Amino acid sequence: MTPAVSIDRLTVRFGDRDVFEEFSLEVAQGETLAILGPSGCGKSTLLRAVGRLVTPQSGRVVTSDEIGIVFQEPRLLPWLSVEKNVAFAARGDVERARVKDAIDLVGLTHAAHLLPKALSGGMAQRASLARSLIRSPQLLLLDEPLSALDALTRLDLQVAIARIIREAAGTSILVTHDVDEALFLADRIIVLDGAPASVITTLDVPLAARRVRSADLTRERNALYAALGVDTPPVAPDIQRTRLFRVQ
Amino acid sequence: MPDRLRGRNAAFGLALPLLLLAAWWYATTIGGIRVYQLASPAEVLRELGSLATTGELWKNLVASIVRVALGFAVSLVLAIGIGTSVGLSRAVERIVDPTLQALRAIPSLAWVPLLLLWLGIGETAKIVLIAIGAFFPIYVNLVAGIRGVDRKLVEVAEMFGIRGFALARRVVIPAALPSLLVGSRIGLTQAWLFLVAAELLGATRGLGFLLTEGQQISRTDEILTAILLLAICGKLSESAMRAVERRMLYWTDGMAS
Repeated sequence: MTPAVSIDRLTVRFGDRDVFEEFSLEVAQGETLAILGPSGCGKSTLLRAVGRLVTPQSGRVVTSDEIGIVFQEPRLLPWLSVEKNVAFAARGDVERARVKDAIDLVGLTHAAHLLPKALSGGMAQRASLARSLIRSPQLLLLDEPLSALDALTRLDLQVAIARIIREAAGTSILVTHDVDEALFLADRIIVLDGAPASVITTLDVPLAARRVRSADLTRERNALYAALGVDTPPVAPDIQRTRLFRVQ
Repeated sequence: MPDRLRGRNAAFGLALPLLLLAAWWYATTIGGIRVYQLASPAEVLRELGSLATTGELWKNLVASIVRVALGFAVSLVLAIGIGTSVGLSRAVERIVDPTLQALRAIPSLAWVPLLLLWLGIGETAKIVLIAIGAFFPIYVNLVAGIRGVDRKLVEVAEMFGIRGFALARRVVIPAALPSLLVGSRIGLTQAWLFLVAAELLGATRGLGFLLTEGQQISRTDEILTAILLLAICGKLSESAMRAVERRMLYWTDGMAS
């Protein structure tokens, strides 16, 4: 099967700084890839190159036409209601008919008429997620979508994103700096570092571990934190996430 | 805003005009200032009444309002068209903006002889002069507003393949709307200023005409009536523009909302 994303000898330079040089990577159909790495290592740049928001100096990115992107900030148009923001990307009646479903999927059914100024950070990010789904993207790019949110909201939205990945998206790439988030959502995790950046660690997350929070991921966590050069923090009490996950 | 606060604000806003009115009344009655220097409030009121009964008031008022409305409408259309092009395209800006900035620096009255030569003393010359006056505030504010549009919102549209005219209509203009409305409010005030300049030359109707006539026949009551009407018209159109702003900017999250 052809990969969903194929990055072939990508070179990106900002001024005289080489962010990527001859960087290659593939993402399989249906896979969820998480990219970890220290700030400024180029993980967002890589995502933006896949999303065609950054033009590389050389190299090729081959991917599907329909890409949904969720940024760190919700980036809603402040003069449009949630519903109209979600409908913003819709072309034609088929996509417009999806608006309600997308809003339901992210759990904003009762907030569809609200303006962005009336939304909390988490609600705004949910609306942004719904908007990214309107064109039924084969590829969903998530650029630190939860890093501006508080801890509890983040856990809530991780569950929402897990559901979206399962139900609405084909292949997903998630950029994050939260190791536990990557372990929770991804099939495969890579750690980027260096200038120009390279993959310093690759980790496949066992399926069972992602479905059951009680699974022991100590070894994986330790490996990822070691790659990031950070001491492994104690496991956060993840009651919220476990509870919500059981409810589904 | 609660009604109580609104009422209190109105009371604050009226305090100074009432004080001025009292001083004016005092100066023209007890103060001994003569009527050929300054008419009293009562005389201005009487003049206003007689203008109203003869129909002169409405004739002049309507003439001025129509000129302001037409001149302002012309400037609004042109400023939105040119301002949007300049705001969206650096190339258009390089070609158009230096010339417009130079034209902007020309004092309004310098246009008068040229407009008279080209267009005569008819309505067209007056409307063009008003449009020149109202154009620049709208243009300058709109361009600044478009330049200030959040790059991240534009990126969202581009991500969905929305470009060119659709990008302008769906993202850039709505995002620049607050600046456009501020510019329009200033532009409308400018339109009233330029109206007087336009009507000081060869008008047979209008508030500016009342001013000239009052000066020629040494009637300070007529002059003051015209000035009073200009103040009222300017204030009312300013309030109307503010109401339009409140209505159209329901989505902003600033201190005023």
